[in-house]
Amino acid sequence: MSLWEYANPKRFMGLSGRVLPVVTILAATSLFVGLIWGFFFTPDDYKQGATVKIIYLHVPAALMAINAWMMMLVASLIWLVRRHHVSALAAKAAGPVGLTFTVIALVTGAIWGQPMWGTWWAWDPRLTSFLILTLFYFGYLAMWQAVENPDTAADLTSVLCLVGSVFALLSRYAVNFWNQGLHQGASLSMDKEEHVADVFYLPLLLCIFGFVLLFLALVLLRTRTEIRARRLSILMAQERVRNA
Amino acid sequence: MPDLGKYADTVLAAYCLSILCLLALVGLSLWQGRKMKQALARAEVAARVGSEA
Repeated sequence: MSLWEYANPKRFMGLSGRVLPVVTILAATSLFVGLIWGFFFTPDDYKQGATVKIIYLHVPAALMAINAWMMMLVASLIWLVRRHHVSALAAKAAGPVGLTFTVIALVTGAIWGQPMWGTWWAWDPRLTSFLILTLFYFGYLAMWQAVENPDTAADLTSVLCLVGSVFALLSRYAVNFWNQGLHQGASLSMDKEEHVADVFYLPLLLCIFGFVLLFLALVLLRTRTEIRARRLSILMAQERVRNA
Repeated sequence: MPDLGKYADTVLAAYCLSILCLLALVGLSLWQGRKMKQALARAEVAARVGSEA
């Protein structure tokens, strides 16, 4: 069976209807356990005190804000190349979820930054590129609302997504590119050279896992809503033709 | 409740605002999904009746 078969809305609705409850339960459990573990059962950091507990929200939200945009980029490219409507609708569905994660990362970052850096905000490369990514999210959602024809909206938002991906990548790698500013490098990395202390590592990993699953659950749910909205608009158009 | 010391306001504000944002997003997504499902069901019934008539 090919992956492209799920580009068929009916097949997608069938599969997502079965997967969604499982993903939702797993997301809720991981987030609940991860946040309770992190908040109640981890010690204060020797430098940052209790503010280190913000890491369980800030890092997963920032990570998923960037990854959500990359998922939207892949879905948009699939739309541009293969014209599968489900991929365009999945990108649209991911927009508000990514924006919410972006806002959470910005707000928790500012709240954390104030006592640690002595300022709510700094025009540092990572923070600035992240702020621009937030503006791209707003622009992306506004464009879907502003353009009436859904295929044209999908085309235009796909191009916007391509341009915005520069800032999604910059948000992640700005620290490495410019090596300046207040924000430190990655809290977690694949080569394990840069890691938070072991005592914070497992609950953080669990919270990241929870945010990934929450993103997946919300995108599935919202894509199902978008597919239904598309079907509704077709039925209404047929009704208008019948009544004309 | 753990002792958050002088950073209690900071940590609690971050948690409250984040959880509020997440709950709002989940609630809105569920509400929009339910509303759309009902609207589509009504439209499909109307379309079936219209095509039979």
